[in-house]
Amino acid sequence: MDVARFLQYIALGTVYTVGVTLIALPSGLILGTLFALLNVYSGKVVKWFTSLYSTMMRGIPPIVLLFILYFIVSGNINLSPFWAGSISLGIVSSAYQMEIIRGAILSVSGGQMMAARAIGMSKSQAIRNVIFPQTLRLAIPPWSNEAAIVIKDSSLVYALGVPEILRRAQLISASTQQPFLAYAAAAAIYFILVFVTNRLLDALERRLRIPANP
Amino acid sequence: MTNPILTIKNLTKKYGDNVVFHDINLTVNEGDTIVIIGPSGTGKSTLLRCINLLTRADEGQVWLDDKEITAKDCDEDVVRQHIGMVFQNFLLFNHLTALDNVLLGLTKVKHMKPEEAKVKALMELERVGLSDRAGHYPGQLSGGQQQRVAIARALAMDPRIMLFDEPTSALDPELIGEVSDRIVFLEKGSIVEEGTPDELFYHPQHERTREFLWKITELYGKKETGKIDG
Repeated sequence: MDVARFLQYIALGTVYTVGVTLIALPSGLILGTLFALLNVYSGKVVKWFTSLYSTMMRGIPPIVLLFILYFIVSGNINLSPFWAGSISLGIVSSAYQMEIIRGAILSVSGGQMMAARAIGMSKSQAIRNVIFPQTLRLAIPPWSNEAAIVIKDSSLVYALGVPEILRRAQLISASTQQPFLAYAAAAAIYFILVFVTNRLLDALERRLRIPANP
Repeated sequence: MTNPILTIKNLTKKYGDNVVFHDINLTVNEGDTIVIIGPSGTGKSTLLRCINLLTRADEGQVWLDDKEITAKDCDEDVVRQHIGMVFQNFLLFNHLTALDNVLLGLTKVKHMKPEEAKVKALMELERVGLSDRAGHYPGQLSGGQQQRVAIARALAMDPRIMLFDEPTSALDPELIGEVSDRIVFLEKGSIVEEGTPDELFYHPQHERTREFLWKITELYGKKETGKIDG
């Protein structure tokens, strides 16, 4: 048995895992931020709909949503499993990211908005220049958590046949009859990806920290 | 005869059934410093917020120079550029240095060129004696320094009038008398009496004013003040 070759085969799945994450996380961030802003700053109806969206999305297991969304996405647009799976995961993540951003917006004190309006800024200027820069800083630690979850949840797209780490580990496990080796290799790669991501985001948080913030 | 810079006519503010203040009438001339005193919960802060439209009054009008700013077609963002406000807890932008706090309004609201704006912002900090703290964040400044940055931030917009919410929590009545032209005593949402510091502090006409002044003399420095500086 050529262990090195099998491990290399599994490791190459990292390209897909990272790819899925790099599509799902930013698309979830853009959607989540949009929904969070709508939830906090818009009228009752929009607030209700965005809350409903978040509650529904967070109340269903990601794998179930993935199948539903994949079915909807790939039924309407001709997309490869890789793209459809990534976008679906991004939609799942958007609900969680919406809650992260919403919580961060609400923890920037209302006084900051008042002070910005008092010097003649419009609401959107105040959001862009005063509320948002503070929100993003507050959001980094919980967002780091969500990034870890999305990296790990990217393994779900194996069910769509995307040849990412878990899918490859499963194939090796079946063909070599060495499940421990195959899955331990997969586990190690996921762990390193999550660990490095969290460390990078910690560093970003420290870099952006406001000195002696009250 | 000077024209009034600020005119408040029959201003009323309610939250549901709770009347914060009602039927407030006040005229402020250019260059005047008006101090509003009164017990806490009397509506002083709300009155200030209704003047710069952060809160909308339910009835009555506010005029800045000869323009009714409470009119429906009046752009409140433009109005607020002309009315500086220094909040009780200063509310500096936490993520910005002292200099950037003053700069933000100049570049984003007044649309000044960055270099021009920086010169002006530094000048405003100089005026409040804080040019050596330009690079400090709010959390690195003392309360008094934060207040001065807040004043510089408001003055940088070249406002017609300045509103100060509780600027002098440590001043005794005599000192307030020294800085003001006129004292207004507000209680339970209406103006009880107004006059020069001498009239109001030493010859108050109303029993309620006398009672209030007696109480703050007892507490010495624990009183609540709001101030309109024209």
